[in-house]
Amino acid sequence: MYSKDGQSYYVVDGHTHFWDGSPANQINRYGEGFIKCFYDYHSNLSPEEYKWSLEEFERYPEERMIRDLFDVGHDDVAILQSTYLTDWYVNGFNTTEQNGEMAQRHPGRFVVNGRFDPRDGEAGLEKLERLHERWQLKGVKVYTAEWKGDSKGWKLSDPWAYRYLEKCQELGIRNIHVHKGPTVYPMNRDAFDVADVDDAATAFPELRFIVEHVGLPRLEDFCWIATQEPNVYGGLAVAMPFIHSRPRYFAQIIGELLYWLDENRLLFGSDYAIWQPKWLIEKFVDFQIPEDLQSEYGVLTADIKKKILGLNAAALYDLDVPEQFRVAAAPGDSGPTIGASPEPLAART
Amino acid sequence: MTVEEALATVRDPELDRPITELGFVAAIRTEGSRVRVELRLPTYFCAPNFAWLMVADARDAVAAVPGVTAVEVVLLEHFVSAEINAGVAAVSDFAATFTGDTERGLDPDLAELRTTFERKAHVAAQERLARALTAAGAPGDRLPAMSLAEAAGLVPDAAAAVARRRERLGLRSPHALCGDDGMPFGADQLPGWLRFARTVRVSVDGNAGFCRGLLETRYALARPS
Repeated sequence: MYSKDGQSYYVVDGHTHFWDGSPANQINRYGEGFIKCFYDYHSNLSPEEYKWSLEEFERYPEERMIRDLFDVGHDDVAILQSTYLTDWYVNGFNTTEQNGEMAQRHPGRFVVNGRFDPRDGEAGLEKLERLHERWQLKGVKVYTAEWKGDSKGWKLSDPWAYRYLEKCQELGIRNIHVHKGPTVYPMNRDAFDVADVDDAATAFPELRFIVEHVGLPRLEDFCWIATQEPNVYGGLAVAMPFIHSRPRYFAQIIGELLYWLDENRLLFGSDYAIWQPKWLIEKFVDFQIPEDLQSEYGVLTADIKKKILGLNAAALYDLDVPEQFRVAAAPGDSGPTIGASPEPLAART
Repeated sequence: MTVEEALATVRDPELDRPITELGFVAAIRTEGSRVRVELRLPTYFCAPNFAWLMVADARDAVAAVPGVTAVEVVLLEHFVSAEINAGVAAVSDFAATFTGDTERGLDPDLAELRTTFERKAHVAAQERLARALTAAGAPGDRLPAMSLAEAAGLVPDAAAAVARRRERLGLRSPHALCGDDGMPFGADQLPGWLRFARTVRVSVDGNAGFCRGLLETRYALARPS
């Protein structure tokens, strides 16, 4: 919860990790390269006073995470996204079991998301069922660039991916967080291409596809599919920290997103421990589109910020938001919605 | 043409900027007529297909410099450095290098990837041109029918930038603003197209800024003031 200028914000941090990227857990140079790459993201976009050393960043204690998210970080609830990467890390980078075990010690604070990998075939379908039984999953995170033996990635439109999405639908796991990352598969195509999300979103209208880091570096492709698929959402992890180092660029990103989607389909995420929610939330609440860009992008109202910071994710995960944090259902000042909308427009006016 | 000038003609296909300007050239070592170029990228996991294109383009560009008899281009500190360096040196292609498929020849998928991004660069350049024209006082209803020559009279730099992208695409069109097929937009189509073009431009410019920042962080470079 965060309050400022008479407004109170219920915060759902849509993207957090409890990882182990330490040298002891690294299998190979890819594991080392991966955590170092994250660390450069952290160093490049964090304010000076929030920067950690590489050692601190590789592995952090539970107490620190709890403090950074909830005690000082304003998060009410945080979604733990599982990232296995077992070809690179001995015990995985952060598995559902590791996340779930930690979450159990802090009731009401975390939502534990599972994962699947369509290359696990039939056995993986059963494993997903067991994960669901154990953790009552409402969401999964999939990482299409993950390596598995000779395979260097997969697509959501692969036939086996459809089998898993059918299974999610059957189990009531409705929130599919999709993380695109650089890979060497599909070999010569654009690794960040989000076209497969478009296919899957059309084929599974009851599921919601939350494209993490709003498709960056393919913002335009993401916007394009999101206008056409009402069940495609944008996770703002990675986009959000530009608010500090490149505020004009951040204004353009958020302006573009509000234009093509609307404020009901964007979710805040810190991507902890890459960035810390405290400064992201404080700066976002203080943020306004610069005056010279307002004719193109409009302004951010308190209601828009409330939806992005927590209310939208709360709706996807059936979280009970206390009365005082709610807003009227009507959209704010983001201008006419160009694309599809999660509810019929008539219901929102 | 010097080696440095040759490298300035090589662009990051995604960011649409010369690799020299982006800071990707880490070192040029010359020994007589032999040249070794070292390239570096903003992250260990930068997309390998783009990395391949830059290494291969750099080799071709330097090989064409008069007086150069041998060229070695190496990519430093990347997760597939070894594969890319060996593949490019063997004048292999991207697919063959990563699949072990020994069939050589053109790589149609990679060529298509490059074209996709050259089209994006063209769209972004046209959006900048439309913006510059509006700032120069050209009325919005003139834009659909305006020729590139007329635009060049009003805003020469922005028009030249569009012309350069068309040259790379092999696209010939007399119009200031046109689609991938060279045809102009109708007055009713143009506003919607420009709105999407703006998103493309924001994306391309934003990625360039982010990549530059990451390169500075990774190699502890001084930030340009």
